[in-house]
Amino acid sequence: MFAKLKQVLSVAAKSVAMVAVALLISSATSHAEEKKAQAGYPSWGPQFTLPKSDNKCVHDPDFAKTGKCVRDTAFMRRNHMELLKHKRDRTMRQGIRTKDSSLQNCINCHVTKDKADKAIKVSNPKHFCASCHLFVAVKLDCFECHRSTPETPKGSASIPKIPAHSNLLAANTDEAKNLKNFLSNHAKEGVTQ
Amino acid sequence: MSNISLKDQYINKTRRDFLKKAGAGVTTAMLASGITLMAYPDPALAREPNEGVDPTKRWGLLIDVNKCTEDCNECVTACSQENGWKLDGNPAVDSQWIRKLKIKNPKTGFEQTFPVMCQHCANPPCVDVCPTGASFKRADGIVLVDKHICIGCRYCMMACPYKARSFVHEPLEDQKSHAPRGKGTVESCTLCVHRVDRGDQPACVDRCATKGHGALMFGDLNDPKSEIAKTLATYATKQIRADLGLDTGVRYQNL
Amino acid sequence: MALPIAYSSINSGKGFYATLALLAGFIAAGAAAFLYVEHHGHVVTGMTNQIVWGLPHVFAIFLIVAASGALNVASIGSVFNKKAYKPLSRISGVLALALLAGGLAVLLLDLGRPDRMIVAITTYNFKSIFAWNIILYSGFMAIVGAYVYMQMAKGMEKYKRPLGILAFIWRLALTTGTGSIFGWLVARQGYDAAIMAPLFIAMSLSFGMAAFILVVKYTGKATGNLLGSKMTWRMGRLMGIMAAAVLYFTTVRNLGNLYAAEHAGVEEFILFSGNIFTKLFWFGQILIGGVLPLVLLFAPNKGESSSRVTLASVLIIIGGFAQLYVIIVGGQAYPLVMFPGMEVSSSFQDGVVASYMPSIYEAALGLGGVAISLLIVVFAMMAFKLLPRDMSDAALDPHHAVKAK
Repeated sequence: MFAKLKQVLSVAAKSVAMVAVALLISSATSHAEEKKAQAGYPSWGPQFTLPKSDNKCVHDPDFAKTGKCVRDTAFMRRNHMELLKHKRDRTMRQGIRTKDSSLQNCINCHVTKDKADKAIKVSNPKHFCASCHLFVAVKLDCFECHRSTPETPKGSASIPKIPAHSNLLAANTDEAKNLKNFLSNHAKEGVTQ
Repeated sequence: MSNISLKDQYINKTRRDFLKKAGAGVTTAMLASGITLMAYPDPALAREPNEGVDPTKRWGLLIDVNKCTEDCNECVTACSQENGWKLDGNPAVDSQWIRKLKIKNPKTGFEQTFPVMCQHCANPPCVDVCPTGASFKRADGIVLVDKHICIGCRYCMMACPYKARSFVHEPLEDQKSHAPRGKGTVESCTLCVHRVDRGDQPACVDRCATKGHGALMFGDLNDPKSEIAKTLATYATKQIRADLGLDTGVRYQNL
Repeated sequence: MALPIAYSSINSGKGFYATLALLAGFIAAGAAAFLYVEHHGHVVTGMTNQIVWGLPHVFAIFLIVAASGALNVASIGSVFNKKAYKPLSRISGVLALALLAGGLAVLLLDLGRPDRMIVAITTYNFKSIFAWNIILYSGFMAIVGAYVYMQMAKGMEKYKRPLGILAFIWRLALTTGTGSIFGWLVARQGYDAAIMAPLFIAMSLSFGMAAFILVVKYTGKATGNLLGSKMTWRMGRLMGIMAAAVLYFTTVRNLGNLYAAEHAGVEEFILFSGNIFTKLFWFGQILIGGVLPLVLLFAPNKGESSSRVTLASVLIIIGGFAQLYVIIVGGQAYPLVMFPGMEVSSSFQDGVVASYMPSIYEAALGLGGVAISLLIVVFAMMAFKLLPRDMSDAALDPHHAVKAK
């Protein structure tokens, strides 16, 4: 029994050591960025070049009229967190309050409503952010402090009723099927809206 | 927009900023030679949303204790409504960004009341002690908590000489969108930074003025032509615990 | 002359499984308490906006301070070259690491956002003494870890002393840092004293020694490998000297506070009018943690007694908790003085002595930290050969052996 325990211990010790090394490496790389952010400089994160718009933005119903779209869907799906983090530091530290990439703007548009025409909160798995984050099992930290629904009745009244991930669900892919199942399962569990 | 890296955009922006600032200097000088300006808000001096904070400014408050009446709690109510915190029946635990203080000299019986909030120190102890740098001072002197990196260690609350900070003890939802607050992080008066950034004054100052007391004045301490700087130059004012050498941004008159 | 010391690991003994189960139970309770508080927020604990550091911090700081003191025996062996202490330096290093790990666990789990531990590790404000401490703690782990390794690895003897000296300097820096977390709080009348740093060093020497004596004596008793009574007495007397140093620094600190009118209010509060804090100060810290151990260890014509050392160690640990409670909670309970000489009132408990009632969750979390430390020690003793196979006086101390001949 003790031989076994010893074995377990040695495995545990090795994994602890590996985590420690990983932490060291991550701290060495992330530190410069954080320091910049603290000094009030923007934290750039990974450098990326913005791709051309695919002209199929479903996020802005006025797209045809205004030609404005935050970024195309494929880009947003992968990089929204980078845009948000970048913006977050600039707003917090430098007081730059443009609407582009502002979380408040995201929330004002990406709203899902319940039967009573009320915007649903992030605790509901059908919430735009929650639906995907629950699906991919990534912790969502924004709404520990930020509200997850539009604040003003005025704002929410003008909001188009686009179901979350409509374009994704429309596609006939395994991913879409999985997501559909996931969402309907949650609905069955009697989630209060 | 497309195909330009964010960094390039930033470089372009700083170039534009430089030109804008050079222009702004001229505008200020021209205005200064003419009429007496309203101290603040002044649309001509308000920032564009894409401009960063102006490090030449230092925002501050002047509180005239003689104009503050004991039975009035309007500045506190205004702050609570503006920023979404409220006293929920547990004063030991609930957040209070601003509070009315009553002091009494036990020997003479002399009493005064006035509001106390984050004093927005130039040398803030909360910023010095914060292990992660979440507690920070903006270039224009406003002391804030960056809740994105606050770990909730509460050392800033130990260090603050004014008891200005509160710890969020419970999960929250439906916060004000301009005043994010969340369980496990520390918070305090932001000098209504969201209003200041759009050229307004803090909610408490507004409310005190509309209620006809006018005990609170907001402005740029660094601008000798601002009303607050002029008042500070003319009358005796005090900082609470000036002995600590923190150079507070909130000053008191007739205290 | 002396034979090389033989070490052995431990995997049985009287109450071995009972000890493991007990420790695991405390850890489970601590984990449950953590999850409960994490879910509901700190509103379920005794903490308020006035008492922001409560019972978990008392436990955490006790363990951290004791960690540095647990290294005493290794330091005396390596740095001051006392032969009799050398066989015990492995367990001394491991106990130091374990106590620190338990203390840090409590500290981290009591954060408002424990999920952001990675931020705490990777984002530093170098002006913060707290951030320095994070570096000091991590460094202590690394240095003492290497030090223990050098003691146990073959052919590494030459690195033992330099690492021992580095560890000795580092632990003094560590306790200086921990004391300064409080000492540098200029705004609070209860702190704001540079003497906090040496006071904490003295506390570490004394509490850590007590923890070491109890752990080694308990293990020896359970495994039938009794720690020699001469050695116990030597370590006990050393602990007594350190307990006297704690009393000395406490006296100077409190006299200094009495002298400065600015600090007289908080001093009067702690010494006379502070109810629970006054009781804990006089009965817990001074009587139980200071005077009684000194009488037990230094009363003339009493002779040497191993059991009196055990008793003194227990008293010193109880007194240590009382002392940290008075420093940490008492220092916050006394109202912050913003307007000297004025009576202050508000809706935010200005001018009022803050009350603090620790919750069961905080106690469970703190005790869980202690259990983590002890369980690490037990596991380490199982996995490695940490204790000398024979801890009798004759085996430990060559001089004793010579004298015996």
